[in-house]
Amino acid sequence: MATKETLIIIGNGMVGHHLVEQVIEAGALARFDVTVFGEERHRAYDRVHLSEYFTGRDAESLALCDADYYAQHGVTLYSNVKVTEIDRAAKTVVTASGRYAFDHLVLATGSFPFVPPIEGRERPGCLVYRTLSDLDAIRDAARNATNGVVVGGGLLGLEAANALRGLNLDTAVVEFAPRLMPMQVDREGGELLKEKIEALGVQVLTERATQRIEQGEQSRLRIVFQDDKVLETDLIVFSAGIRPQDELARDCGLEIGERGGVVIDDHCRTSDPAILAVGEVALWNQSIFGLVAPGYQMAKVAVSTLTGGDARFGGADMSTKLKLLGVDVGAIGDAHGERTPGARMFRYLDPLTQLYRKLVVSSDGKKLLGAMLVGDNGVYDTLLQYYANSLELPKEPASLILPQQSGAAPALGPGALPDTAMICSCHNVTKADICRALDAGAQDLAGVKGATKASTGCGGCATLLKSVVDFELEARGVEVDTSLCEHFAYTRQALYDIVRVEGIKTFGELMEKHGSPGHGLGCDICKPTVSSILASCFNEPIMDAAHVPLQDTNDTFMANMQKNGTYSVVPRIAGGEITPEKLMVLGQVAQKFELYTKVTGGQRIDLFGARLEDLPAIWGELIAAGFETGHAYGKSLRTVKSCVGSTWCRYGVQDSVGMAIALEHRYKGLRAPHKIKFGVSGCTRECAEAQSKDIGIIATENGWNLYVCGNGGMRPRHAELFATDLDDEALYRTIDRFLMFYVRTADRLQRTATWRENLEGGLDYLKEVILEDSLSLGDELERQMQTLIERYECEWANALSDPEKLKRFRSFVNDERPDPSIIMTSERGQLRPA
Amino acid sequence: MNVFAVASNTLPAMRWQPLCRRADLVAFSGVVAWLETSAAQVALFYLPGHTPELYALDHFDPFSNACVIGRGIVGDLNGAPVIASPLYKQHFRLSDGQCLEDERVQLRTWPVRFENDHVLIEA
Ligand SMILES: Cc1cc2nc3c(=O)[nH]c(=O)nc-3n(C[C@H](O)[C@H](O)[C@H](O)COP(=O)(O)OP(=O)(O)OC[C@H]3O[C@@H](n4cnc5c(N)ncnc54)[C@H](O)[C@@H]3O)c2cc1C
Repeated sequence: MATKETLIIIGNGMVGHHLVEQVIEAGALARFDVTVFGEERHRAYDRVHLSEYFTGRDAESLALCDADYYAQHGVTLYSNVKVTEIDRAAKTVVTASGRYAFDHLVLATGSFPFVPPIEGRERPGCLVYRTLSDLDAIRDAARNATNGVVVGGGLLGLEAANALRGLNLDTAVVEFAPRLMPMQVDREGGELLKEKIEALGVQVLTERATQRIEQGEQSRLRIVFQDDKVLETDLIVFSAGIRPQDELARDCGLEIGERGGVVIDDHCRTSDPAILAVGEVALWNQSIFGLVAPGYQMAKVAVSTLTGGDARFGGADMSTKLKLLGVDVGAIGDAHGERTPGARMFRYLDPLTQLYRKLVVSSDGKKLLGAMLVGDNGVYDTLLQYYANSLELPKEPASLILPQQSGAAPALGPGALPDTAMICSCHNVTKADICRALDAGAQDLAGVKGATKASTGCGGCATLLKSVVDFELEARGVEVDTSLCEHFAYTRQALYDIVRVEGIKTFGELMEKHGSPGHGLGCDICKPTVSSILASCFNEPIMDAAHVPLQDTNDTFMANMQKNGTYSVVPRIAGGEITPEKLMVLGQVAQKFELYTKVTGGQRIDLFGARLEDLPAIWGELIAAGFETGHAYGKSLRTVKSCVGSTWCRYGVQDSVGMAIALEHRYKGLRAPHKIKFGVSGCTRECAEAQSKDIGIIATENGWNLYVCGNGGMRPRHAELFATDLDDEALYRTIDRFLMFYVRTADRLQRTATWRENLEGGLDYLKEVILEDSLSLGDELERQMQTLIERYECEWANALSDPEKLKRFRSFVNDERPDPSIIMTSERGQLRPA
Repeated sequence: MNVFAVASNTLPAMRWQPLCRRADLVAFSGVVAWLETSAAQVALFYLPGHTPELYALDHFDPFSNACVIGRGIVGDLNGAPVIASPLYKQHFRLSDGQCLEDERVQLRTWPVRFENDHVLIEA
């Protein structure tokens, strides 16, 4: 094979990283040796979610790939290394430590924040908002500060303002234009936005030009405006726009746009065909694209160009939907109606609910040219599809933005979308791509996400994606039959509601009232499901006569059946804390009943090989020693794993063991659609691996950060930050609501991670329901949880006190002998199945 | 290890014999009885109000090679009563022991009936 060509990429930001991924995916590593230079200390991270650095995420969790991703694929990454020169004649790039030859070069240097040439802008406390290091600097400066000012009231400025607010600073935003976000909204929208933001306690000053920055009197700095009015502040974040980082390209004589930016053609080639440019540094057709999706598209095109393909970049839609300071803002296409002569506008303004919507429509009223939304982005997805696909508008376009009353235009169904409709712009996934994924075997939403990456970028398209997938599945006759099984034509969620609303207490009654006609017995799908629902609603002992035939064998015998028909026994060891006395009892019991002993991943001890007829005697001894059942056999709370926390560890900031024990006792016995695992870590070092659990809790100086919907196992998923700095009470309340909502709405055998991935509206929706109580369910969920907690009783203690229940723990109803087919052998000093 | 090689020896003449009592059964669920004459483990399923209301199948699960069938969940699929193995979840028809997922596999069955409070098996 010929020697490989050398490809150098300058910039390891979002687009530079995507380029590497695309090179790898295209199999182009066979052809190129790839070297990447990144000026920042950190390897590529998710700049779009940069602000979450202040709300609990660290650099590692924002990283776009695992630490060894580059090395694993043989790509060389130099972080913290700046390229200082491109020598086009010699085809080399220069860094402080040497010269590197290239055959192909890609510039992915992004942009830098523009700081207007104001006198005093170099003073300490004058900062910008672009990189993790910038945020470190802001955090440092905020330590001894009481107030902060953001200069610039655009999109990023408002995001920075929110961050300052989060750092407990009195915050003001100064904007030169007469309104906030002048690029995206008009006067009415700007007014509304201003009102909403002021209501949050952020001061908004518009039409203010900053003249200079001086030493302050009460605060560290003082801003002097054009009219000599002044504003004192401890720190200033400049957010007055971004400029392409095109210095290297300028210095080596590549063609640069009038207002900056490296000029590229449709193939992402600069004026030197050996050099390509992608992302925010690139100027295409006189435009810079300050969003990540177009950058990703350029990266794809660049890989095609490098490998001899003919893909073209054709511009990108700059429509955006955001939540800024908790306020929905959306802008689609020509939101101002300035670009098309004869455009007509429809406006809807509701000063009470603080909602503003504007449509820009072609002169014949048939096509949507643009739209603007403030206060509620509910109709954004629908409008975007009308716009992006040039769909014909309904006869009365205004119906699209009027409040949904009877007679309002229905939302645009997925069937109306053409194949070319862009569903996920981050990963460039069209409706046709989704159909292809389904044809190739993807069976559900999760499958489509896996195959296409749709909705794994910013996640804004989650609702739309789900509706398209559902629609297409149905169209293919893949029954999106949501029936639980042949006995019940209901989803688990619907059955749950029926049971709760009608107060149905037995399987028989439910079958009689709501079972499919002609079926009487149920099956191994609906019986355990209904049993779990009944337990979630009423928490009656599962061994009660009416419930016995419903249970899986594990629930029937309250132990886990192993492959030879014996059972394993796992007593609860809350938080993993155990006294030496109890530890010895476990040893004695294991010895007496000849049980194989193993420590579990959930910080408990599993005793294997128990014979059915021995289970009551084993539990008799365990309960006498103060143990209770561990529910290892149930679809219910398993363990709350913890680290030792502040009690012993020099880094711990809270008592994680105490919290783990409290939580485990609070939720033990809670039956759910699937098992639930918790983790509690005493500091950000995260020794309890809480972020791989359904519920993860990490101590902070001020309380607890709550993470939800993580998973280990077959499909690992990091839990997502849900709420920060909760005190104990708020933590319990939030988890009460969260778990009860999961119990109510998840499918059978659906872990929280899958539930979350299939949840329409995603994490934002979940936050609205749980934290903001948007469905007014909060009290009810808490009450329900309280009832379940109060009704908890140890199932094994209950069974041991009832001779009828104990009758089942025999191998044979007519003979005392144990099952003669169970044969054990020994290995490493313990028994195991032969 | 296959205890059931014993049971498949040429059988002595079949006869009805008492196995256990009605009170030993659990409605809509399974229990297991020891059949001394064949050294076999018999899973008994009791569906009061249905016809027939009693079934006897081999307790041995050929998929897991363990004696677990009697501890599965009783149900019906397309109208036919079945038992689902608790380990790998295959379904076996109660009437003839046929596995629904694998036509080559069939569990042994025995004729059973009530006589007053006794369960009789023909074996
Ligand atoms: C707070 C914030 C919020 C945002 N929110 C959104 C959003 O909601 N949606 C959206 O689409 N976009 C958003 N963006 C914009 C998005 O982050 C950018 O579009 C995207 O990061 C551009 O990627 P890039 O690779 O072109 O540039 P960057 O991500 O900036 O990466 C460029 C990298 O090149 C490095 N570099 C520069 N010069 C050199 C050199 N000479 N040698 C070596 N390395 C060099 C830089 O250090 C930098 O790491 C947001 C940006 C910020 C700051």
